[in-house]
Amino acid sequence: MAVDQDLKIELGQQGVFVTTLQELYNWGRRSSIWPMQFGLACCAIEMIATTMARYDLARFGAEVFRPSPRQADLMIVSGTVTKKMAPQVVRLYNQMAEPRYVIAMGACAISGGPFKQGYNVLKGIDRYIPVDVHIPGCPPRPEALMQAFITLQKKIDEQQLTGENRPRFLNENAQGEFPVPEPAEHDLEPPSNPGVWNAPVVIR
Amino acid sequence: MSVAETKAEKLDGWNRPPAMEPEGEGELLEIAMGPHHPSTHGVFRMDVTLDGERVMRLKPVFGYLHRNHEKIAEGAAYLASMPYTDRLDYFCSLSNNWAYALAVEKLVGQQVPERAQYIRVILAELTRIQNHAASIGFLIQEMGASGTPLMYAFRQREKIVDLFESLTGSRMMCNYMRFGGCRVDVSAAWLESARTVVAGLPAFVDEFEALLTTNEILMARCQGVGVLKADLAVNASVTGPLLRASGVNYDIRKVDRYGIYDRFKFRVPLGDHGDVYDRYMVRVLEMRESIRILEQALPAIPAGPIMDPKAKLRGFRPKPGEAYGRIEAPKGELGFYLISDGSPNPYRYRVRPPSLINLTILEDMCLGQNVADVVLIFGSVDIVLGEVDR
Amino acid sequence: MKSVEEIKTAIEAAVPGAGVEFVSNPSPSAQHSLRLAPDRAVEIARFLRDDPELALDFCSNVTGIDWLDKEFSEKVKVKRTVTKTIDGVEQPVEETVEETRKRVEPGYLEAVYHLYSVAKGHGPVVIRMRTGNRSDRVELPSLTPIWRGAEFQEREVFDLYGIVFKGHPDLRRLLMWDGFKDHPMRKDYVEPDDYEYEPTPHDAVLKRAQAHKAMAGK
Repeated sequence: MAVDQDLKIELGQQGVFVTTLQELYNWGRRSSIWPMQFGLACCAIEMIATTMARYDLARFGAEVFRPSPRQADLMIVSGTVTKKMAPQVVRLYNQMAEPRYVIAMGACAISGGPFKQGYNVLKGIDRYIPVDVHIPGCPPRPEALMQAFITLQKKIDEQQLTGENRPRFLNENAQGEFPVPEPAEHDLEPPSNPGVWNAPVVIR
Repeated sequence: MSVAETKAEKLDGWNRPPAMEPEGEGELLEIAMGPHHPSTHGVFRMDVTLDGERVMRLKPVFGYLHRNHEKIAEGAAYLASMPYTDRLDYFCSLSNNWAYALAVEKLVGQQVPERAQYIRVILAELTRIQNHAASIGFLIQEMGASGTPLMYAFRQREKIVDLFESLTGSRMMCNYMRFGGCRVDVSAAWLESARTVVAGLPAFVDEFEALLTTNEILMARCQGVGVLKADLAVNASVTGPLLRASGVNYDIRKVDRYGIYDRFKFRVPLGDHGDVYDRYMVRVLEMRESIRILEQALPAIPAGPIMDPKAKLRGFRPKPGEAYGRIEAPKGELGFYLISDGSPNPYRYRVRPPSLINLTILEDMCLGQNVADVVLIFGSVDIVLGEVDR
Repeated sequence: MKSVEEIKTAIEAAVPGAGVEFVSNPSPSAQHSLRLAPDRAVEIARFLRDDPELALDFCSNVTGIDWLDKEFSEKVKVKRTVTKTIDGVEQPVEETVEETRKRVEPGYLEAVYHLYSVAKGHGPVVIRMRTGNRSDRVELPSLTPIWRGAEFQEREVFDLYGIVFKGHPDLRRLLMWDGFKDHPMRKDYVEPDDYEYEPTPHDAVLKRAQAHKAMAGK
């Protein structure tokens, strides 16, 4: 049940705060997104720079980098995911508790980027795990990472707690664990997770 | 038996780390540190065997960031590999640019104009300062001082990175040097702001030192930990501050005198004990020497062109042959080995990564130490995974 | 520092029958090299390291190179006896005929070592070794017992090129995972087909994306 916006403001001026459970719930979650302390490559340096004094990610409640996936809400895939590393990234994602989010930071995490032609480079982490926000750049500037945070916060704000569109962690039937690819003789097996990713159709 | 023979025998015995005997009856514990570990600077992994707290065996596992740089470069034109060199050691893209440009200049016999030489020295020394500051910050972070020293280091790094950005257009991936010169000229305003930044650097190093050098915890954790003997270091091809902390006077800026380093007065700091503390001290002193070089180079920069007029960027086809060029990068000897078969692409493109080769003796340094010190010793090697795995 | 020719003479004096070959480098860098016979390489390397005048105590760089089979087609003049009718009489006549012949020079793998001297401050001295071919005779002696610095680099060459270094204390794959079968830096390596789509019109990768489509259509 939505509260009338004008009434809400008026009550707020009187010192009475009215909210819905959904708003309160989403507000709590979006204001303390704890990222996992997990750097892959070049972008990790910009991620560290974002947390430092000049850019100060603490303003978004997200400066608490957790070394353990169990305590983290957000995985920032900051850099090139190689085929040797991809199984570990998926495993770490599986170990994170719901609700969990993924930011693919930089060209490499999105598509392989400049290293796309490499034999050991995964052509985008979204082949195995669902990605919430993509930020382009090589590497993206700290401002871009903050923009990604704001985008993610907006996304969380809009989540419905009930109904058909409710997020994965409130849906008993949704997939919780994602299959971990196996390194095989020539390539990863399987090369992608069809439940998450299908090759886009490019119209030229 | 002559002395030379015993030395040779000693060197021959070093082809593998010594075997360790467990103390007592307890079971050995095998743990995999990494590839996701907060202190492994990225995706490095060590398989460590422990007897209680003591390290009995330590095998590094690489390849989690193997991005096939060499293979891609063999399929691309010479100039097209320049942006990829930025991403080798992503802290020091300008040094990497220089090493690659130097190797190609050797391969085709190009000369670099005076002004470009000065710009290269200025940028390489700024890179060295920000790399050393950050690496010390990370080292102290691994000791448990969460954040603070790293924040000091990054505060200064941001100032230097701003200089890079205003000159090259990118904070980290500068892609600035070209075969026979540099891409864009520095303006008078840039030189002025560089002078301002350099003038602020001694105070920064003083402050850094005041906080750290005589800090009791730092001394207790670092002194006598991870000792590396000088002759083992040379035999294991260790380079950079790690080698000099063991007391070996080998700085490629002095040995090869590449670029115009013979014009500047600077000293090569050397360590005495070869432990983690000496590595910290060598890095701090190297920052001071870099500031000295910058103070000499910035006022002396001459006017003139920044590219060799004979340099060819399009249709660049070196004659068949090969060349190995190397520089003293902040982490050690960074070399590029190129073989040309006369085509626009190199037939073989090899990077000699200081970070990978400096890790050869990681096991030797860690054996018998506590597992908590492994993180510290590893941090004192100062690696970047982009260069280790390429 | 001695020139490369002088080093060659010194090696031949110290290691009799060493079989060292001078390889000239025509580029302006003029870094000439010495090719060692693999069976004497360890002995020669030890001499290079321990000789007080050379004192090459520092092995900077180890590189693997893949040289594919080279096919030459050359025109050869051949004398042939041809039976010809001259003045109504059949006679054998010698004639020079041009023939195109194809000659295949077998490929090989090569390991190149760049040596320096920390004690004396000179270098580089470049030494190289060849394997017999690219398939089954790929063994070379390991120089890790002489220079520890070659340890990881030889492992890398083994991983990416498939040169088997005999005498290496711990020869495993360095960069790729253990179950991996190929040697990806070889020139004839076929990359796995994971080009489902390619959004940028980049010639080489576009071709591969089209090839993938054609494969998927079958």
